[in-house]
Amino acid sequence: MPHVSVDVDGVRYEDEVEARLLLTHYLRDRLGKVGTPIGCDTSNCGACTVLMDGLSVKSCSVLAVQADGHEITTVEGLGDGQDLHPMQRAFHEEHALQCGYCTPGMIMAALDLLRDNADPSDEEIRAGLEGNLCRCTGYQNIVRAVRRAADGMRQAERPEEARS
Amino acid sequence: MIPAPFDYVRPSTLNDAVTALREADEEGKVLAGGQSLMPLLRLRLAYPEVLIDVSGLPELRGVRDDGDSIVVGAMATHYEVMRDPLVQAHAPLLAAATSTVADPAVRHRGTFGGSLAHADPAGDLPAVVLTMDGLFVTSAREIPARDFFADYLTSALEPDEILLGVRLPKTYTGWGFHYEKFHRTAQAWAVVGVACLVRRTDGEIAHARIGLTNMGSTPVRAYAVETAVADGPASREAFQSAARDAPDGTNPPSDLHGSAEYRRHLAQVLTARALATAAGV
Ligand SMILES: Cc1cc2nc3c(=O)[nH]c(=O)nc-3n(C[C@H](O)[C@H](O)[C@H](O)COP(=O)(O)OP(=O)(O)OC[C@H]3O[C@@H](n4cnc5c(N)ncnc54)[C@H](O)[C@@H]3O)c2cc1C
Ligand code: FES
Ligand code: FES
Repeated sequence: MPHVSVDVDGVRYEDEVEARLLLTHYLRDRLGKVGTPIGCDTSNCGACTVLMDGLSVKSCSVLAVQADGHEITTVEGLGDGQDLHPMQRAFHEEHALQCGYCTPGMIMAALDLLRDNADPSDEEIRAGLEGNLCRCTGYQNIVRAVRRAADGMRQAERPEEARS
Repeated sequence: MIPAPFDYVRPSTLNDAVTALREADEEGKVLAGGQSLMPLLRLRLAYPEVLIDVSGLPELRGVRDDGDSIVVGAMATHYEVMRDPLVQAHAPLLAAATSTVADPAVRHRGTFGGSLAHADPAGDLPAVVLTMDGLFVTSAREIPARDFFADYLTSALEPDEILLGVRLPKTYTGWGFHYEKFHRTAQAWAVVGVACLVRRTDGEIAHARIGLTNMGSTPVRAYAVETAVADGPASREAFQSAARDAPDGTNPPSDLHGSAEYRRHLAQVLTARALATAAGV
């Protein structure tokens, strides 16, 4: 069986895996990181989104062997155990979820968007989250949450701008 | 679903990769970004015995300048292609079409070469490469774009042939360009798409090149429209009148997303729009 060496949420794992093992199943079934759900068989829903070397990917569409030598961040790696990440807090504060199934993927895709564009317009937020489907919220509060997180994260980075 | 079992190899030289494909004796599949292959494996619509991951082959990477052309590597991801300075300078039509493919996460993994080798008639990049007269460079030979797309989901690649990249001539540097894609939902494939390049001189159209997505089992050029607009005025009226010929010689599918008749209508409307935007009128 192929060997993989992969960093997940800051911890290095060495494992023998079946070639057909999907990264999502590796994260959930082998590492117990069930924060990343699976919502479809067609790479459409985005529920399984994680960051691979900082870029969003649908972990149901990556083999665990393809993650060999790479760094993965899941929703479980965002908070520090005490405080939520600003994006997680914004989803909570803006009531950006109902059932919550899409939320981990939404949060990871939103972080990917802010990496590229720290101050996105509503339209850019909608385009950035194009690959993530939500069957509950109607998206309005998700867009609000991402905007709120973006504002907060920018101010945290440049406190002098926030004051002026 | 969980894919059926297969073996996996990640060769580091082109020679090893071709040898692995030959040894698999038509039961092997090249794995690039996996964004078309993984869903097929998960739905168990494909049963390869071995996947040959080509991400380790240096020949397939990046975009390079080569005199009067640029060469876009097969493993260049959609994300890389969209923001590559050489592509933006010499093939902005490709950058524009690539930015309409799927969604950000799929664009981070999916590759230029994978999209072309997959030869999906609804894929956005085949029409662009056809319109730009790209030359496909493979492990065995060079194939002109007009010979590469053979049929529905079928390219001219042999089972043991690897696409290294596509050579795009700099002939169209500075031409007006636009990719007009019609789809009804986010991250959806094109119902119809139009790739368009125009060269203007003094308010006239000197040359136009138009490729259609999803108007048949392979991408097609709208030659009748190209001829009709050449040496004519760059006006919306002229474009609308010329675009009536867009469905000529096409054989669009009828499916859940639209009838053949509807697609013929779309081809006319979208071709006029693409010409107008490309010509800046
Ligand atoms: C949700 C979703 C939406 C999408 N929407 C669009 C869209 O709107 N427009 C669009 O154009 N595409 C769309 N795609 C497809 C996307 O562009 C894929 O990236 C692309 O079709 C395949 O590229 P890949 O690198 O992932 O190839 P893979 O999935 O790895 O391979 C695809 C096929 O090509 C072969 N292959 C790959 N590379 C080579 C090579 N170098 N030499 C020989 N054979 C090779 C493989 O063997 C396989 O048969 C979408 C995909 C998804 C999941
Ligand atoms: S589970 Fe739906 S995209 Fe991955
Ligand atoms: S909150 Fe239920 S799917 Fe988005």
